[in-house]
Amino acid sequence: MKTTRKSTWVGILAAFAVLAAACGGSDSAESAAGSCAVGQVDGDLALYNWAEYIDPDHLQAFADEFGINATMDTYDSNEAMQPIIAAGSSGYDVIVPSDYMMGIMIEGGFVQPLNFDAIPNSKNISPDFANPSYDPEQTHSVPYQWGFTGLAVNTAVVGTDFPRSWDLVFGDEASAYAGQITLLNDPRETLGAALKSLGYSLNSTDEGELAEAQAVVAAAKDNLLAFNTDSADELLTSGESVIAHAYSGDAFTQFLETDNPDDYVFFVPEEGGTRWVDNMAIPFDAPHPCTAHTFINWLLDADEGATLSNWNYYGTPNSGAIDALDDELRDFLTSPDVLVGGLDSVESISDTGEFETNFSDAFTNAKG
Amino acid sequence: MSTNAGITQPRGLTRGLLSVNAWLVYLFFYAPIVLLIIFSFSDNRNVGVWGGFTLDWYREFGDSQPTKAALWNSIQIAVASTLISVVLGTMGALALERFKFRGKQVFDALLYLPIIIPDVTMAVMMLLFFSQIAGWLGLSKGFATITLSHIAFSISFVSVVVRARLAGSDDRLEEAALDLYATRWQAFRFVTLPLIMPGILGGALLAFTLSLDDVVITQFVAGPGWTTLPVFVFGLIRKGVTPLINSVSVVMLLASTALVAVSLIAQRARGGDVV
Repeated sequence: MKTTRKSTWVGILAAFAVLAAACGGSDSAESAAGSCAVGQVDGDLALYNWAEYIDPDHLQAFADEFGINATMDTYDSNEAMQPIIAAGSSGYDVIVPSDYMMGIMIEGGFVQPLNFDAIPNSKNISPDFANPSYDPEQTHSVPYQWGFTGLAVNTAVVGTDFPRSWDLVFGDEASAYAGQITLLNDPRETLGAALKSLGYSLNSTDEGELAEAQAVVAAAKDNLLAFNTDSADELLTSGESVIAHAYSGDAFTQFLETDNPDDYVFFVPEEGGTRWVDNMAIPFDAPHPCTAHTFINWLLDADEGATLSNWNYYGTPNSGAIDALDDELRDFLTSPDVLVGGLDSVESISDTGEFETNFSDAFTNAKG
Repeated sequence: MSTNAGITQPRGLTRGLLSVNAWLVYLFFYAPIVLLIIFSFSDNRNVGVWGGFTLDWYREFGDSQPTKAALWNSIQIAVASTLISVVLGTMGALALERFKFRGKQVFDALLYLPIIIPDVTMAVMMLLFFSQIAGWLGLSKGFATITLSHIAFSISFVSVVVRARLAGSDDRLEEAALDLYATRWQAFRFVTLPLIMPGILGGALLAFTLSLDDVVITQFVAGPGWTTLPVFVFGLIRKGVTPLINSVSVVMLLASTALVAVSLIAQRARGGDVV
């Protein structure tokens, strides 16, 4: 019997070659980011962002203004985005990592230093967000949006006379709402809250402090409805829970979806909590670094920053944008009732390296 | 074909229990789907809270440019990867089933690899592969890399299904055709191909569904502008599950049900002159 081995392989190779040819050559004309001028574009923009984080029409407005095409692709976690950028040839021009991941990516050399001469609007970055711990000299990143982690409470059930403290979920007060409390299903957030309630840093790498925090979470478990991240806000507004450990932006938008938003309050307890910041950065091998710089500069414009926040309802790090925010959003972001302990009480979660395993182990043990 | 003349039907209690079991299995399979469909019409942002009937989520799906773009990406990739993997997979199945050649066993074993290795392992392999070769092949990440990855895992599934069909068909039919002065091509075109067509269609359907469903591998090999529908939906879940996701799922469900129906009809139509 004749074999068709050779021709099969030729066929496979030919199919491969045709596919490869059909897709065309890469258009990554390397241009040194250092020479980008303000407003210069060197090709289309490929934005790699979290889902529903910018209005598609807003992105299109950028494309129209500069006469290019803009595409956005989405990821669902920092951990999903990082390996794709790190492997190289990702094709993306701008990425939006969260604080601790920003630190990891700067350290790994996966993002390029920014040319701030091409980003004059960086003057709009509020001093509260300048030189963050993960990018102390502010060389590789600029802030995109931010939010807090704290407690969301249904005041129709709990009333308004409750301590603005983590005691509400970790202390004796919690037993009054047994079975109606949710905590985030996240080792760093939930142990971080416990560490804060004990007066420690939420980035503590002290094993003794972490053991104390583990005990706090373990003790709180009896009063919980669930450890839940994805639908904590929905559980609260549907009445299944009355106190939820939650992210500010998600909680706030969820309140507004209800018939009686005034029944709900969100606050960061007086002992402090997490402030997260998502950042814009440019991958080390971005095909169009000048377009990337232009986009970053454009989004740091006061009006564009306000448009961005008014659509996604997260906090803006753009001091020029505050005045142009929707009233209800501005009130929420600037209210002293929200950030009870003041700006000094909150911390960003930073990467603790090897100690991350201790956090996940402690959380697993606490959940028992 | 389906009469079990030799096997006695279970009776009494056994029969009752068996049918209860069957219904429970169906319930287990289909109750979530029914719920998903019901809540796609719910006028409440919270999945699981009924808020009255509405078509808003389907309207939002229709109005949402990113969702439609993602759906269109998924369809293009699924069609391209199915067409190519069906041809390659069928050729592989024919070679392995009909011919003896050196290295056949190794080839055979290697063909099963994509079926058994975890998605994430394959995803990382693909990511590294494409990142390395992208430069000198001039291959930019996007349609080509996703389609090639989908072909890579679909070939195995197609060839397994086609081989099963080939193994069950009679070699002598093809030999008879050759005896009757058919050329090799004619024997293949008019005898073998119709015989294995149900297998090819089944394989194609499997390849299409796998391509449409895949999240892990696609996410790793995708490039600018090529977010597929499942990857897009996964991203949305971070912001809380709304019935928009239900409506998208229902549309995908209807599409795959229609595909299955079409392939069943096609197989039945051919069934008469083949089996």
